[in-house]
Amino acid sequence: MKLDPCDRCEELLQDFLDRTLTNAEWAEAESHLSGCEYCRRRYRFEEHLRRYVKLSAAERMPPGLMDKLQELRGLDATA
Amino acid sequence: MQSPVAQRYGRPVSEPEPTEARRIATEARDRARFEDEALEFADQVYRVARRLVGSREEAEDLVQETYARAFRSWRSYTPGTNMRAWLLRILTNLNVDRGRRIQRSPQTQPLEETDYYLANKVASAAGEEVLDQDVVVERLSQDSVVSALSELPPQFRDVVVLVDIGDFTYADAAQILDIPMGTVMSRLHRGRRLLKQTLAEEAL
Repeated sequence: MKLDPCDRCEELLQDFLDRTLTNAEWAEAESHLSGCEYCRRRYRFEEHLRRYVKLSAAERMPPGLMDKLQELRGLDATA
Repeated sequence: MQSPVAQRYGRPVSEPEPTEARRIATEARDRARFEDEALEFADQVYRVARRLVGSREEAEDLVQETYARAFRSWRSYTPGTNMRAWLLRILTNLNVDRGRRIQRSPQTQPLEETDYYLANKVASAAGEEVLDQDVVVERLSQDSVVSALSELPPQFRDVVVLVDIGDFTYADAAQILDIPMGTVMSRLHRGRRLLKQTLAEEAL
């Protein structure tokens, strides 16, 4: 059974963004995307989402933690 | 397999045996270098740790335990290999040792069929054309993203956090978690989908 082209494109989405598609699959996705506004919007959405998840999740090290880690230097293997 | 320390840390084994004082000095230097290098990753290690556990305090503890163990076992690190991955492997093992694995089985959770699920939901709520703007930022709060991440079952969260937040490759994640690469990929895909599903249900 042949997949609907948009379903096939959806299937390739994650690997496309991860850059793990084969050359043939890459070409397949590109060629569909160039003519399909629907999928193109969803690919862009997913790309934004990934960036946003990363940005939202980033939390800097609390002040003072580095000093505590520095104090651990030279810990004895037997301690 | 353990190779002799002297061999791994720069001095060819064929050299004449140095004096004890010299040996100690060399080891101290190698060790300090190792510690410097490890500490350069502290911020990145913390970033991953923070999303693997529930609170800032737990993340701080986990990072400290990780560095304590890393500094004690510095000889088991092979110079030139991926130190960030080495540190994260210690960290994820410690995190599992802390017994956080007591969680419902992920298989029981129903999962949306499509990767377009969240985008479709946004499109039907706000209009198809809206997907072209930076609708992600407009519709989803950063808090909702953090909370959705924390709701992922641990097996999925580990992989999503390592790859999508820690920027580790599939291969690194596989090594860190001691699971096959195919498992990394399937958990990553499923984890991302679960994340989007939670966002769709709770944030929109």
